[in-house]
Amino acid sequence: MDTTINHQADMTDLDPRPSAALPKRRRSKWAKIRKDYWLYILLLPGLAYFIIFKYLPMWGIVIAFQDFSPFLGVLKSNWVGVKHFVNFFNNPDFVRLLRNTLILGFYDLVFFFPAPIIAALLLNEIRVGIFKRAVQTMIYVPHFISMVIVASMTYVFLTTNGGVVNEIIHELTGQRINFLADPAWFRPLIILQIMWKETGWGTIIFLAALASVDVEQYEAAIVDGASRFQRLWHITLPAISSTIVILLILRLGNFLDTGFEQIFLMTNSLNRTVADVFDTYVYQVGIRQGAFSYSTAVGLFKSVVGIILIYGSNYFAKKFGHEGII
Amino acid sequence: MNSSKYDSFGERVFDVFNYLFLTLFALVTVLPFIYIIAGSFATEIELIQRKFFLFPRNPSLSAYQYIFSSDTLFRSIGNSVIITVFGTLTNLVFTLSMAYALSRRDLMGRNFVMNLVIFSMLFSGGMIPGYLVVKELGLLNTYGAVILPGAISAFNLIVIKNFFQNLPPGLEEAARIDGCSDIGVLWRIVLPLSKPIIATFGLFYAVGHWNNFFSAMMFLNDSKMWPLQVMLREIVMLSQVAVGDLSAFDPEFVEPPDQAVKMAVIVVGTVPILLVYPFLQKHFAKGVLLGSIKG
Repeated sequence: MDTTINHQADMTDLDPRPSAALPKRRRSKWAKIRKDYWLYILLLPGLAYFIIFKYLPMWGIVIAFQDFSPFLGVLKSNWVGVKHFVNFFNNPDFVRLLRNTLILGFYDLVFFFPAPIIAALLLNEIRVGIFKRAVQTMIYVPHFISMVIVASMTYVFLTTNGGVVNEIIHELTGQRINFLADPAWFRPLIILQIMWKETGWGTIIFLAALASVDVEQYEAAIVDGASRFQRLWHITLPAISSTIVILLILRLGNFLDTGFEQIFLMTNSLNRTVADVFDTYVYQVGIRQGAFSYSTAVGLFKSVVGIILIYGSNYFAKKFGHEGII
Repeated sequence: MNSSKYDSFGERVFDVFNYLFLTLFALVTVLPFIYIIAGSFATEIELIQRKFFLFPRNPSLSAYQYIFSSDTLFRSIGNSVIITVFGTLTNLVFTLSMAYALSRRDLMGRNFVMNLVIFSMLFSGGMIPGYLVVKELGLLNTYGAVILPGAISAFNLIVIKNFFQNLPPGLEEAARIDGCSDIGVLWRIVLPLSKPIIATFGLFYAVGHWNNFFSAMMFLNDSKMWPLQVMLREIVMLSQVAVGDLSAFDPEFVEPPDQAVKMAVIVVGTVPILLVYPFLQKHFAKGVLLGSIKG
């Protein structure tokens, strides 16, 4: 239908006599662009945005291979090859950052990743609609609360200086636990915070997949004498398995993205040894200390590993017979 | 679908525990908010004696009087409102106009631009090059630094583009036959048909701006420019800013407990979100699920 309109536009907009100087295809290209000039004007701000704020920084990655000086600029700074990468890999910080990142990513995968799946399966077994909706309404709320509020609430609850959790612990045991400064408590706190904030929200996508399961399958299974657990195992779980795989690929692809803002907020001088991850390190060394080239190299290392992870997990998912995302 | 008369004893036990567990989950989610609100109205004695409570016995407004006694909090709320309003408008103008252009399948260069957008979701220049671009543009310490670098979310753009593509083509054609230009079709036909999705993504963007902490902390050095989230961290977590001004009160004013002051500040940061939550809830499931449609 669009083509008929184009055709009409071509007829009215253009000189009907084909010009000999321009090949016909090129001429009609320009005609199309001229016809759509309003669309290109609409496209322009967005395109400029992507070029300036997405692609210019990508070009800026070249400073990872320079001794970048803001005064000389990208074009005049000295090229130093992979010096910053070599420095980073030889720096004891590298092992510490990698260790912290991997441990947090692992905890996240083991404790947080299954939480929304389990919560969605439990919600799916609820028959009283109003109870289900009430629970959903409550557990979605924290998703919209900022990380600063979540971290602030954690501080107010856990501080040894009158925080309610420590007051109750003190009442019971006569001691106080310094949750916020003790490095041993850092990782559990991070995982608990993210579980509290995002488990409810994470159920949405699984509940949607569950809602599309054909009710007749359950009815047939009941007639065949399947117990509820058997129905869960043979009907419900297969129905959400592809969703689980897709989210797992995404999660593995972002394995090194460890909730930067959250970690930044929960880090203090006492738990820094276990708290530092690649992103917070880039911020600390790059923005605070001004080592632009070195920190860009660290960031690039992380991005490249991330790309490899997402393609790798996608490849394995396809190999085991699941649909990939790329 | 799971009719209960077929359930065995074990399955009924499971049901009981399931209801208990989900009730507990909902309470664990909601009680911290209620405690924070209750605590912000509490007195020193109540906080020490009762520890955990959901309703203060002698509600006192002193924490709120105190936090609003200087312009520290007012100013940061004002900054947050400015950033949220202008940020959301920027988001909508940029995202909707680009999404409409890209929704037209016959647009030349459309695939190229779509690939640019998709690649930007897979790979990014990272924090430092992004910071340097903002700095070179002279945006440091301006509201633009927290608004422009996030003007379009590639994900939202693609969802809205797909939505535009699935609008019934008949109306658009009719408008065109009546002599509407592309911009006229967008303004008179497409946008009015898209009100729900515009409201949804507008709210999502607005919540993002209200909650934004990191780019504000990175790009705004001047504490007079700080939005609420940055100020909140300074007050509650770092205890570095005295939020109120005691000299503004008469000598009989009982200074509110430190914990109540912090809770009151948290309440101020949370209430706007809780107020828009019913609207968010009405639309968000749709927004999340639209994203799963392949473009």
